Amino acid sequence: MLGLLWLIPALPAAGFLALVLLNRRLDRTAAAWIGAGSVGLSALVALLVCGSFIVSPPAGDAYHQVLWTWMDVAGFAPNIGFYLDAVSVLWVLVITFVGFLIHLYSTEHMEHDEGFTRFFMYLNLFVASMLVLVLADNLLLLYLGWEGVGLCSYLLISFWQKDPQNVYCGRKAFIVTRVGDTALIAGLFLLFTQVHTLEIQPMLAAAQESFVPGSAVAVAAALLILGGAIGKSAQVPLQTWLPDAMAGPSPVSALIHAATMVTAGVYLIARTNVLFTLAPDARLIVAIVGTVTLLLAGFSALVQHDLKRALAYSTISQIGYMFLALGVSGWEAGVFHFMTHAFFKALLFLAAGVIIEALADEHDIFKMGGLRRELPAVFWTFTIGAAALAALPFVTDGFYSKDLIIATSLGSVDGNLWFYAGAIVGAFVTTLYSFRLVWLVFFGERHTEVSRRPRRRQLVPLWILAVLSVVSGLIWMPPWLAGFHPFETFLDTALPPIEFTGEYAHFAESALGALVTISVVVVGIGIAWLLWMPWRRGTHAFSESPAVRPLAAYWLGGWGFDWVYERVFVIPVKWFARVARNDLVDHVVDGIAWLNVAAWRTLSAGQTGRLRAYVAVAGFGIALVLAVVVLR
Amino acid sequence: MILLWYILIPAVAAPVAWLLGRSRPALARWTAVAGTTAPLVILAGQWITKASALQATFAARGPGPAGLVAGSWIADVKATWIGSLGISFFLAADGLTIIMLLLTFALGLLAVLASWRGITKNVGVFHLMILWTVAGLAGVFLSLDLFLFYFFFEMMLIPMYFLIAVWGHEKRVYAAIKFFIFTQVSGLLMLVAIVALVVIHGRETGVYTFDFTQLLGTQMAASTAFILMLGFFFAFAVKLPAWPLHTWLPDAHTEAPTAGSVLLAGVLIKIGAYGMLRFMVPLFPDAVHDFRTVALVLAVIGIIYGAVMAYGQSDMKRLVAYTSVSHMGFVLLGVFAWNTLALQGVILQLVCHALSTGALFIMVGGLQDRIHTRDMGRMGGLWQVAPRMGGTAMFFAMASLGLPGLGNFVAEFLILVGVWQVSHWAAVLGAVGLVFATVYALWMMQRAFQGEETHGWSFADLTKREVGMFGAMIAALVLLGFWPQPLITTARQTVTGLQEMTAASSLAQPRPTAEAGDPAAEAAAAPADDASGATSLADDEGAQQ
Repeated sequence: MLGLLWLIPALPAAGFLALVLLNRRLDRTAAAWIGAGSVGLSALVALLVCGSFIVSPPAGDAYHQVLWTWMDVAGFAPNIGFYLDAVSVLWVLVITFVGFLIHLYSTEHMEHDEGFTRFFMYLNLFVASMLVLVLADNLLLLYLGWEGVGLCSYLLISFWQKDPQNVYCGRKAFIVTRVGDTALIAGLFLLFTQVHTLEIQPMLAAAQESFVPGSAVAVAAALLILGGAIGKSAQVPLQTWLPDAMAGPSPVSALIHAATMVTAGVYLIARTNVLFTLAPDARLIVAIVGTVTLLLAGFSALVQHDLKRALAYSTISQIGYMFLALGVSGWEAGVFHFMTHAFFKALLFLAAGVIIEALADEHDIFKMGGLRRELPAVFWTFTIGAAALAALPFVTDGFYSKDLIIATSLGSVDGNLWFYAGAIVGAFVTTLYSFRLVWLVFFGERHTEVSRRPRRRQLVPLWILAVLSVVSGLIWMPPWLAGFHPFETFLDTALPPIEFTGEYAHFAESALGALVTISVVVVGIGIAWLLWMPWRRGTHAFSESPAVRPLAAYWLGGWGFDWVYERVFVIPVKWFARVARNDLVDHVVDGIAWLNVAAWRTLSAGQTGRLRAYVAVAGFGIALVLAVVVLR
Repeated sequence: MILLWYILIPAVAAPVAWLLGRSRPALARWTAVAGTTAPLVILAGQWITKASALQATFAARGPGPAGLVAGSWIADVKATWIGSLGISFFLAADGLTIIMLLLTFALGLLAVLASWRGITKNVGVFHLMILWTVAGLAGVFLSLDLFLFYFFFEMMLIPMYFLIAVWGHEKRVYAAIKFFIFTQVSGLLMLVAIVALVVIHGRETGVYTFDFTQLLGTQMAASTAFILMLGFFFAFAVKLPAWPLHTWLPDAHTEAPTAGSVLLAGVLIKIGAYGMLRFMVPLFPDAVHDFRTVALVLAVIGIIYGAVMAYGQSDMKRLVAYTSVSHMGFVLLGVFAWNTLALQGVILQLVCHALSTGALFIMVGGLQDRIHTRDMGRMGGLWQVAPRMGGTAMFFAMASLGLPGLGNFVAEFLILVGVWQVSHWAAVLGAVGLVFATVYALWMMQRAFQGEETHGWSFADLTKREVGMFGAMIAALVLLGFWPQPLITTARQTVTGLQEMTAASSLAQPRPTAEAGDPAAEAAAAPADDASGATSLADDEGAQQ
């Protein structure tokens, strides 16, 4: 069974190729069958392969498949090869299954779009690249997938390319993430130079052997990798592209900008955890980046008007939680939150897609309202998703994963009160904005007519994801609740276990610690109800109060990062490109040419044809020569 | 003798095309197709039959002429030409030559195909010029006698000059003259350096010869070597082009007809890289080592400056031309890094850049044939009009920004990894150049193909001929992106040989480790250095036999 591994990325890639080559000869039905079908098949194969991996794990708890040697230059010989262990099993299952649900949803959501085939072409390429990213056995192949998903992200954000604004958003996403990628590729240079291989497992083993913990090389390698992860996962300071990425179709936001691609940074750090273990300083920076991001983005999510932008900021914030977990050596907690987040955030975006579609492309939550009765299925599924996002205790998967991160941020050996406080405040803010959306969108008066209702291919994915958002957390229960944690056991085969050995470990792990989280969530929901429940009219008074308004405006604009980048990077480069467009260097060349012409003019000006002038000059010259000769 | 055919076939096909073209233009086109396809087929045959010879371990007996001649050429021709001056007709081919010749004939063929519809004026003479350029290029890549090399180097300028000046666009005469003066002046500097080298060698040994293999290892004062090296560097840096000697390129590429641009960007500027690899570095390795920092700085400036310039253009063809300045900066970086990784990257970059930029020039040419403008301000939304064209342009824009999975990425990655061994900063800044490449590539796509179509353009999408050309180039780039090994293996012997020629110089010395790392890491870093890298490579190959 494991031998079929290569088929998992190959099937969507084949789907992409088929769509490219057949393009105009396909009608919509055929394109949908190829597009969704190839991912569905891939999901089936993934189920077979991963199922057999889980049931009868191969020796060493990992399976390695080499297809061919990519290149072989002076000992640098990366493979086109795949590596399957517990971490990649998880990612592969999430990518193929959530991916398939979203493809299915798209067949209906994109039904009337003129770029139907092109959409599935890009989406299939994305799934293939993402699978290569998580299955790659070496960093160079991982980088191939990494850039591939970046390309697809760009293509899909600017999918409706008639509007230049969408194209701008797509370009911004590609360019900003590529800034991070520069760091990543420099990390590849460094690692290859140090340990002579980019194949991940041997590389990590060699690093473990030759890097002194805390040494400059280890920290540099970890930080360069972190640079790439920050860009792709939209963490501070490279988070600015993700809110704009919402210009793409909703299924794209669900698949790429919530469930899978933006978690590639989490995958990368978890995958190279050995390097980060060797570099405590880098780990600290990961945790700080995570904490800062989860807070900044949380507050921004609180004040958005655009439903998808609010969800985008919440994605940034939740990935901040994952980074915090990774930074305090809670690798497994970060990975756990990736999984639960993939389910509930994909659900939220798909539901948002239905809402926006139903209201004739209305994004503003203040123009929604009262959709509870009009779109009951969406109401229930969206509320389940929002509850999971807010970590509603016991009944949602978000609770289990987020509580674990909060506990780890305090109880692990790298944890401290600062991270804990950040995580708790973040959990409170998350609750506020999640239920703000629920109250504003589904309750109160209806502001916009519902013009289109979802059908089966949209509702089935919603319900499946809703069920997953409830039950998927149960595979890792906290010790004070029950001793059921098969997921942890599974992850232990590939990642270092979480160790509660910090100063506050006892409290963090106890039911008392969880009680803090639970009460924060419950209080948060209550306050959200007070503030935003439409018939309480609290919304207006609160957001218009003089203390809140300027702050809200500041948060709405994402804390001014874009403002600064515009002035520090964009404007100077544009200015230089404009000033120098005729090539400054060429002015030198033109100068030389001008000098020649000027010399020619001067000399030819003497050629007047007047004999008198010639004689005068000649006479003057003779006199000069004589004078020199005589006087010497 | 087979080598002679590579020059003779296009050279003889040229007047035939002209004569036939006087009555029937189509015959001139077909003659040109035959005149480039025939040597391409012969070459492919030679490539396949000599594959095992190319795989063999480099049979050098140490640095110097003896080591070079022993089994390092898969074929050679030598005849006395001007005996009294020590000038011979010396052609030889190794893996690098084969790759350069493949490029020459393939791009020559593409140039002919790309002009199928666009050129209607003096069709016969046009193809005469193309074929003579191809013949001259083949001569450049085959010559091992420095005088013969210089002869072909200059000879091929003349047909190219006419291609630009006669069949070019608005400012064609200005561009052609600029191109000619730049190349001519820098070429003269090289001639002076060649003659000086021959004289120095002659005084020392009593043998006056232009034979490159005998001139290798000529002893001279370091300062003399440096000055002579500069003579070569100028000629090749103008060709490449390296910043700040690049300003002829945007004009020449923009004003040339499509075929001219394809040959210029695809093959002609590659002579700069080829000349550095084949002649400049082996002849003056120590001087090159002294010059390394300056060259790396120029290369990095070129990468970023070229990319920013490309971003600032509104003429699409000029934009593509400036991307060449940026991409050739990587080549310059790689040449001066001079280790196996970087050199293999350079050779791959020569091939991949030829394909990707050649394709972009054909694309712009095709657009201009259809809408008679290159101004992106008058484009926009063309994807709606011609989706196949839009998708194809997107592919080559991605190749241009170094997307993994395409050959360009492999090339640039190998170069930068190699450069990292020599200078961390140059490698990092080179990688930053890729961000700027993203900026211009996406901007070009937006201005030309995305957005709303407001100018009322309506034209036919890619024709079958164009789909065939682009399809072949796409396939080649994807193949090289996932399996560059055929080219790497072909060039391996050359790369090893080049490094053995410079093994005794400071270029091959292990650099003093810059990082203040722990001893273990330093010890681990040592095998990556040039000389031992080359030996370990040879060992690998021995093991494969």
